[in-house]
Amino acid sequence: MANAKKKLIVSDEVAIQIENMNKWYGSFHVLKDINLTVYRGERIVVCGPSGSGKSTLIRCVNALEEHQEGKITVDGTHLSSDLKNIDAIRSEVGMCFQHFNLFPHLSILENCTLAPIWVRKIPKKEAEETAMHFLEKVKIPEQADKYPGQLSGGQQQRVAIARSLCMQPRIMLFDEPTSALDPEMIKEVLDTMIELAEEGMTMICVTHEMGFARQVANRVIFMDAGQIVEQNEPEQFFNNPQSERTQLFLSQILGH
Amino acid sequence: MTDVSYVRTEMLEEKAPPVSQAGIIKWLRDNMFSNIPNSILSIAALWAIYYVLSDVLPWTFKSSWNANSLDECRSAIAATYGEGTDGACWSVIHDRFLQLVFGFYPKALYWRPIVAFLLMFVAIAPVLFDGLPKKMLRFTMIYPFLAFWLLWGGSLWFPLMIIAGFVLGYLAYGVVSKMASSLVGMIAAVLVPIIWWLFLSGDVATMLQSIIPLSIEAVSSSNFGGFMLSITIGVIGIALSLPIGIVLALGRQSDLMIVKVICVGFIEFIRGVPLITLLFVASTLLNYFMPPGTNFDLILRVIIMVTLFASAYMAEVIRGGLAALPKGQYEGADSLGLDFWQSTRLIIMPQALKISIPNIVSSFIGLFKDTTLVSIIGLLDPIGLSTNIRANQEWNGVIWELYGFIALVFWLFCFSMSRYSMYLERKLQTGH
Ligand SMILES: Nc1ncnc2c1ncn2[C@@H]1O[C@H](COP(=O)(O)OP(=O)(O)OP(=O)(O)O)[C@@H](O)[C@H]1O
Ligand SMILES: [Mg+2]
Repeated sequence: MANAKKKLIVSDEVAIQIENMNKWYGSFHVLKDINLTVYRGERIVVCGPSGSGKSTLIRCVNALEEHQEGKITVDGTHLSSDLKNIDAIRSEVGMCFQHFNLFPHLSILENCTLAPIWVRKIPKKEAEETAMHFLEKVKIPEQADKYPGQLSGGQQQRVAIARSLCMQPRIMLFDEPTSALDPEMIKEVLDTMIELAEEGMTMICVTHEMGFARQVANRVIFMDAGQIVEQNEPEQFFNNPQSERTQLFLSQILGH
Repeated sequence: MTDVSYVRTEMLEEKAPPVSQAGIIKWLRDNMFSNIPNSILSIAALWAIYYVLSDVLPWTFKSSWNANSLDECRSAIAATYGEGTDGACWSVIHDRFLQLVFGFYPKALYWRPIVAFLLMFVAIAPVLFDGLPKKMLRFTMIYPFLAFWLLWGGSLWFPLMIIAGFVLGYLAYGVVSKMASSLVGMIAAVLVPIIWWLFLSGDVATMLQSIIPLSIEAVSSSNFGGFMLSITIGVIGIALSLPIGIVLALGRQSDLMIVKVICVGFIEFIRGVPLITLLFVASTLLNYFMPPGTNFDLILRVIIMVTLFASAYMAEVIRGGLAALPKGQYEGADSLGLDFWQSTRLIIMPQALKISIPNIVSSFIGLFKDTTLVSIIGLLDPIGLSTNIRANQEWNGVIWELYGFIALVFWLFCFSMSRYSMYLERKLQTGH
């Protein structure tokens, strides 16, 4: 039943296409021959050992990192070094970071309205209404006038999600959104992400929350040493991993 | 077996603390005599304070305020407080007060610097305190030109033509950046006003002046002096060094090689040279570089040098603030699609400046005090004036009173800046 529901949302419209992408840090080859197609409405979970290049991969998608070889197309826009293209893509692709990266000198509401006002040129009033709408969605409208430093980690991460959503992105990237949080706060953030997934948002999540992966992912991607080692739908991936490295990795994180 | 169960039926009243826990005795014990070494230190410090004050206070108050020369003052003190009393001759301040404040500015025109000084507070108020109407900022923008006109006088058309240069630059940016890229627009926005100011504005101003004369009596720079001079140099230096410092700090981080090299070169050069050499360059050398015939005002030259000097330091202070910002702030701004200028203006600079407030204000204070160095190249700031005053027959030998007074005035200004910075830090505190 869950499977049937997941399949339904996935379309054959391509949201992100990565072809033969390679990236180096100096002489260190971080990403090797990455090929990945993400369809609109797909939820992809990326996992893998530390240092395998997961963050680097999703940061390449919104050009926070530059890739040296290969081609990345987001929403039909080709990612080149043209700054106009990059800013256009970034305003379509929301991103949530491990350490939230909220702006501490601005109130929660200002954090959420800043980009819509300056990038989308939306009138302030309208932007504030949208912001309140999304703050309600992540269940913290009452914190709108506080500053990020006055909120708990889980609340800050939900603000960060709301801030991205205010730009009405078509794609959301999550880089370990829960790994800086205490256990009791992880759930509130995951609930928000699950709700988002159920509304059909295209998502790439780097996370080690395997429960989340089982519940919402269409596909799980396992990376090691800068390569995509295995990808499969979650049931298959967890119950019947093919590669030895995947088995080792899964036994380590699920083992205890 | 005894019954241990117990229920309190009456709540206890609050009692006053024991004597050793309250009032002056507790305070003394906690803060001054908490143990033997501390007690010894406290007693030594109290003695030192007593020693200094017991000399200074009588000197300060057994003084004379009305005398026309040092001798007259000494005999007045001797007459009032007895032979051999060492008292302060504040009469020198009384006698030369106007000169210490205005230098040799024409007496009849004192109202102009006073108005300029008072309007300065109106101009900076909306910058320093929020909650004031935003419209006041318009006055802040006009103020520099108004103050210039009030202080130096002359034709009103001249400052208006300088404003016109800024307007032209703004228009040039608008037109050119639409036709070509915004970089070309920016270059045009710099070039057009410079050409206007150098080659056209003077003639146009003269022409307009001959058609519609609008002028007040001109005052030459050589009449400027006293605290008015220090404040003029200090305020202009402070107001300009912050924006120039920001630009330099950003330039230093730029990916454009040539911009970076120029900024680093400028900063390192200026920081490696004593201010006093720059002032000597201003007073002697700079005229050689100017086209012959231009009579470039000495005070203007000094202001340029002081500003450049302060800007280099400011750039380093701000760079420190920029470096203290976590990389995540840049990434957060980038990931939302803000472009470089937007993220710099809205995210990066506000935080970097906030971190740097204590250092920025230290720089301001340093700059303001450094203005006294202009006395070495012959400008008559309070220090230069006091050398003059002391060379005078009547006041030959006055030291403490003059320098003490000058120090007090400087201290008042610097202390207010420092208090303001503490207020600002508290106001901008948004953490827990
Ligand atoms: N700016 C950088 N310069 C040089 N090497 C880098 C840089 N950023 C990351 N690396 C290296 O690239 C590799 C991949 O880094 P990445 O952050 O993508 O790993 P990750 O899979 O996200 O790991 P983690 O689970 O710890 O976050 C690591 O070996 C890391 O040391
Ligand atoms: Mg990572």
